Amino acid sequence: MNYAQHVLTHLRKDLRLEWRTKDSINGMLFFALLVVVVLAMAFDPASYPTMTRQISGGLLCVAVLFAAMTALNQSWARETHNNVLDAHRLSAAPASALFVGKALANFLFVMAVEVVLAPIFTVFYNLHPLGETWKLLIILPLGTWALVVNGTFFAALSLRSRNRETLLPLVLLPISMPALLAMIQATTAVLTGEFEPILWIKVLVAYVIVFTTACVLLFQTILSAD
Amino acid sequence: MPKWALAYFGLTLVVMAYGFYAAMVAPKEATMGNLYRVFFYHLPHTILSFVFPYLNCGASFLYLYWRSRNVERAAAADAFALASAEITVLYASIGLATGMLWGRAAWGIWWAWDARMTTYLLLWLLYVSYLLVRRFSATGQTAVISAVLAIFAAIDVPICFMSIRWWRTQHPSAVFGGGDNSGIDPSMVPAVLWNMLAWAMWGGFLIGMRYAIERRRQRLSNAHALGFLGDEIPQAFQEAR
Repeated sequence: MNYAQHVLTHLRKDLRLEWRTKDSINGMLFFALLVVVVLAMAFDPASYPTMTRQISGGLLCVAVLFAAMTALNQSWARETHNNVLDAHRLSAAPASALFVGKALANFLFVMAVEVVLAPIFTVFYNLHPLGETWKLLIILPLGTWALVVNGTFFAALSLRSRNRETLLPLVLLPISMPALLAMIQATTAVLTGEFEPILWIKVLVAYVIVFTTACVLLFQTILSAD
Repeated sequence: MPKWALAYFGLTLVVMAYGFYAAMVAPKEATMGNLYRVFFYHLPHTILSFVFPYLNCGASFLYLYWRSRNVERAAAADAFALASAEITVLYASIGLATGMLWGRAAWGIWWAWDARMTTYLLLWLLYVSYLLVRRFSATGQTAVISAVLAIFAAIDVPICFMSIRWWRTQHPSAVFGGGDNSGIDPSMVPAVLWNMLAWAMWGGFLIGMRYAIERRRQRLSNAHALGFLGDEIPQAFQEAR
């Protein structure tokens, strides 16, 4: 098997697991919905359309990030049952294929949540975007991949630590701050139409390239950490 | 402590004292008066806290390289990475604190979300999270996990720096004025350089001390581990001391 086939096998396995339980997607969806409702308590989205346009890009990204974090821990916890992780270590397949497969699976789950969440956001927050909305089709996948690739990596990193649920956000949030900033700025640019998102898309592309490379190169080290 | 370390410590104190003297006799600044003298402490701490992370990153790379080749050197590299990360957090905390005090006195606000402060806060957050990971991770893996994280953090610092600059140039903040030390009077340069040297030496001393303490802790825990295997513990303890 070549590298792509290994990745595909891992991806198919993760998708099948998710299809049978639907734990991650259901959990994330409901959690993100709750975040949307809770944030609506913090300000009045219907009465201040301009302010809503300015901040709802950020709110959407933050809701997605928090929702993704609830699922990321679970995605590796599956591998620890019956010592599957040790089997992965012994396997002749490249370790990074396991990582890329899982990151792709997580990416698809989070994208699915966004596809449902974006219309809900538009309706609940009474949003009328003023920029070119098709650009969101570039921004959201890029930003999601940037968050998920690091998230999957750090979830694996904190897998065997004493309190992994606490550790993941503590590590992931500072590292992904530039990605989050770029994603929020680009989304806000599209929603308000006040400035061009192109600079922030470039930042996202650079971030994605740099950190995907770092994750793929260092995953072997993490997998055989002890 | 070996003799040369004591001598180095003494020399550092002398340079620090001279740096203090130079900072206090430097001419008064035109608009801020004596208030600006905090600058002589603020600048070295901030600059050095952007240097120490790269010592940390270098030590982490060395750790990962030596991990399967030379256990003793790997342990030393890990101890050095820990020491430099802790001193990074210490210096960044001092830089943040002096910056906030100065900002409060000069601009009337403790904190402005401008490019430099935000980047600096993120640097601080990154290395605090590094120390937390060291604290939380399982015993056998601390070194590997934190070495990987150190590399990620070091990659992240320049990206943070650039993206936050773009962010703040796009939305210029009106509150912010002055504070740009791009040009200082030549009469203040010696004070800056002496303090720079003093705090660099002090940072080096702290890292060295922390390194020695961590090496001793490693030897003691190895001695404990050996103690479970046989009766070598008294001898191992002796060596560790």
